[in-house]
Amino acid sequence: MPQSAEKVLDHAPLFREPEYRQMLAEKKLSFECPHPDQIVTDQRELTKTWEYREKNLAREALVINPAKACQPLGAVFAAAGFERTMSFVHGSQGCVAYYRSHLSRHFKEPSSAVSSSMTEDAAVFGGLKNMVDGLANTYKLYDPKMIAVSTTCMAEVIGDDLRSFIENAKNEGSVPSDFHVPFAHTPAFVGSHVDGYDGMVKGVLEHFWKGSERSQAAGTINIIPGFDGFCVGNNRELKRLLDLMGVTYTVIQDASDQFDTPSDGEYRMYDGGTKIEDVKGALNAEATLSLQHYNTRKTLEYCNEVGQATASFHYPLGVQATDEFLMKVSAISGQEIPETIRMERGRLVDAMADSQSWLHGKKYAIYGDPDFVYGITRFVMETGGEPTHCLATNGTSAWEAEMKELLASSSFGQDAQIWAGKDLWAMRSLLFTEPVDLLIGNSYGKYLERDTGTPLIRLMFPIFDRHHHHRFPLMGYQGGLRVLTTILDKIFDKLDRETSETGVTDYSYDLTR
Amino acid sequence: MGLDYENDGALHAKLIEDVLSQYPDKAAKRRKKHLSVATSKDEAEGEDKGLSECDVKSNIKSIPGVMTIRGCAYAGSKGVVWGPVKDMVHISHGPVGCGQYSWSQRRNYYVGTTGIDTFVTMQFTSDFQEKDIVFGGDKKLEKIIDEIEDLFPLSGGISVQSECPIGLIGDDIEAVSRKKAKEHEKTIVPVRCEGFRGVSQSLGHHIANDAIRDWVFDKDDVAFESGPYDVNVVGDYNIGGDAWASRILLEEIGLRVVGNWSGDATLAEIERAPKAKLNLIHCYRSMNYICRHMEEKYGIAWMEYNFFGPSQIEASLRNIAKHFGPEIEEKTEKVIAKYRPLVDAVIAKYQPRLEGRTVMLYVGGLRPRHVITAYEDLAMVIVGTGYEFAHNDDYQRTGHYVKNGTLIYDDVTGYELEKFIEGIRPDLVGSGIKEKYPVQKMGIPFRQMHSWDYSGPYHGYDGFAIFARDMDLAINNPVWGLYRAPWKKMKDAPLRAVAAE
Repeated sequence: MPQSAEKVLDHAPLFREPEYRQMLAEKKLSFECPHPDQIVTDQRELTKTWEYREKNLAREALVINPAKACQPLGAVFAAAGFERTMSFVHGSQGCVAYYRSHLSRHFKEPSSAVSSSMTEDAAVFGGLKNMVDGLANTYKLYDPKMIAVSTTCMAEVIGDDLRSFIENAKNEGSVPSDFHVPFAHTPAFVGSHVDGYDGMVKGVLEHFWKGSERSQAAGTINIIPGFDGFCVGNNRELKRLLDLMGVTYTVIQDASDQFDTPSDGEYRMYDGGTKIEDVKGALNAEATLSLQHYNTRKTLEYCNEVGQATASFHYPLGVQATDEFLMKVSAISGQEIPETIRMERGRLVDAMADSQSWLHGKKYAIYGDPDFVYGITRFVMETGGEPTHCLATNGTSAWEAEMKELLASSSFGQDAQIWAGKDLWAMRSLLFTEPVDLLIGNSYGKYLERDTGTPLIRLMFPIFDRHHHHRFPLMGYQGGLRVLTTILDKIFDKLDRETSETGVTDYSYDLTR
Repeated sequence: MGLDYENDGALHAKLIEDVLSQYPDKAAKRRKKHLSVATSKDEAEGEDKGLSECDVKSNIKSIPGVMTIRGCAYAGSKGVVWGPVKDMVHISHGPVGCGQYSWSQRRNYYVGTTGIDTFVTMQFTSDFQEKDIVFGGDKKLEKIIDEIEDLFPLSGGISVQSECPIGLIGDDIEAVSRKKAKEHEKTIVPVRCEGFRGVSQSLGHHIANDAIRDWVFDKDDVAFESGPYDVNVVGDYNIGGDAWASRILLEEIGLRVVGNWSGDATLAEIERAPKAKLNLIHCYRSMNYICRHMEEKYGIAWMEYNFFGPSQIEASLRNIAKHFGPEIEEKTEKVIAKYRPLVDAVIAKYQPRLEGRTVMLYVGGLRPRHVITAYEDLAMVIVGTGYEFAHNDDYQRTGHYVKNGTLIYDDVTGYELEKFIEGIRPDLVGSGIKEKYPVQKMGIPFRQMHSWDYSGPYHGYDGFAIFARDMDLAINNPVWGLYRAPWKKMKDAPLRAVAAE
């Protein structure tokens, strides 16, 4: 009997015990009707070949292990960045359970959202009644200052119109007529979560800005972070830098406190977020800057329309991207970049110089959201790394063109290949046929690490199987240090593992590296 | 199961009254039917002494806007019933999200070479785009099936798990499945589990069961030599290895488990099910339908059992053995005796650390009742329990498990659960990922009772030891004593759990 009270074995060791090994082997042979081992081995080897890769990349319809989610997830995340705002997703209720779980599993935090719980009858007659009752219940139970409405694909397919539904609900007294109910149609069959983010932020701005007179406050800046699993660390770092510069700014959509509430005995359903008054006031800003271009295309267009200057970045991290961001902020605000920030920059460069021998020439595969892939690719090249595969399932042809330009700008980008629209099963073939030293992505990459042996560095949403990384910034010079250290740790840990065999490889098991 | 206690029914009734008062009238009226306090039938009706009544309405539509914790039919079919069948490719048919959010999240353990002969922890999706909605997705589905055949030739079959749009745009996935099954000579199962169908995961289970009946059973070519002690284990999804910790016991008492549904299962195990002598159901809610069908059509009896905690394991093993006669019964007694020292040691170690601690549960399927006795085996007390998607027959069965005064909540809303927990302040809450962090913020220990909080197995004797260890480590971790900043006055931090330490 393998189990004992003294040393309780859970799944990881328990099923390695002989009793279970034998049981599972017998189950397989007697009851599973398995393929012969040789056939399985042959097929496994086949999937490592160029021949399989060609077939794999030629897929036209089937998507396997995509690195993207659907629009409403982005909308729910976006809504979490505003003061006392409850997400209300109009359509089937299961979707909302999924968004909440997905966000909670990454942040290890509560994630609140409600559904209008539409079922068959609503599919036939439309979901107006669900909207009317639902808004009333949410308003009464959860005491929000704002309810941000988005849609599941069910509501989109049957064509429910949010504008008129919300108006109807207000007329029926579900919420007061002056209560804030911004909305965004977020069809899951168009774009990805980054578009849902875009739609919802735009919806909020339109709600507060439409019909208001804009009187420009020179030198003031709005910043929109974009969908970011590292918003907790990043937004706080960003605000620290802007405060150091003495800039007058508003972070529009700031979920850093909402997804990082303290444990002190009180459950805060709402915490932090951009204040409603600040959203209103943000209309007067001279400029709106987006930290993630592909998350804010429509939002920035709208900011332009109201008369603001706009600029966008691609997840600014590392040296030059941070430089550019700060210089832009400085140019608009008229505030100098203080010496303390220049010192921070110097410290990041110092660290990169200290470690350059370990990073120079390392090959990388990078996947994730389009802006993230751009930002990390750029930083990797600053360290002397060579991006080999850059993949974004939700990357567009415009992204591909921008990536090409970026890679062409450095001798370290010459061998890189850009994979817009491809998934992680395609990445598996790429890693087998054109291997790299390091893989940068999120938790889903662990299956690639298992299959191909490529060490995985988790730097993007979602990270389910490691804790608290998102509490530290990736952006700015400080964030750059964090990214640098994470990459180096991975390299050193692997080298130590590979040189640790006593009397065989441990001559290279150096104390100092 | 002899733990004797009574819960504070008056407090629970008051809590119900309080939460209902916060709803708009219409919603309060509807929610009232889902909340109750368990009372003995001898008080209520003067008969059936010892049983409790859990008289709530269930399996009806959730109210919009209240933050139901429920999922959908797709979650019930792909997520629960079909997803774990390991040698099949399950296509999440529709937009990308449903498959993405449910990817690898239920911890259905299996052995196999993923991507080659098994596919559970992969996300296959048709990633519907606007043009698929406008022009229909049947042609795309055909192509997807061809591509699966090309890239994954060792797959044992395919299931098509419908997401919301499929049923709304009028696709004919049955015709596509029939055509392609013939062409590739493989089992292809279309499942109409669109998320808007029904009121919860539950209809998805039923639809998934029906799909087994209609698209898997009654193949002519199932060759299998059956024996006198052949059983199917039905409704064990092998979460964290539950089904393995159960199988080892059933084999030890002399039974032959010819199929496990659906954790770690191959399609072959499902196809041959009608050749077994007995169906053993663990999760009654999700798989009773197909067992009833097998009983009607093939004359296979079915029996519910419970492998959580030693009292129920013993009772269940004996009950199962009785079905097979003296030879198995004799072996069963030996098995129970063999594990008795382990059980005694586990209880001796953990009961002193857990005795009298109160627990609130809110889960799905079978657990809101089945795990109660496992807690009671450790002398813990269940003060409230409820189901996400139960039916009337589940609540009837719950009456055999709960004590007088227990708070019962069906399809609880986020608001209600928070207020109930605040009002009762149990020592432990067992629920899901969405509930975990709000509860922990309040300073109350929590275990995820869907995923075993990344631990497990909890079934069987081996699992009971892990269960006991996990409840202990959740409740007795020092972090709960650190919540209050020492410079804050007590009144600012009304933390009973902490104050009591």
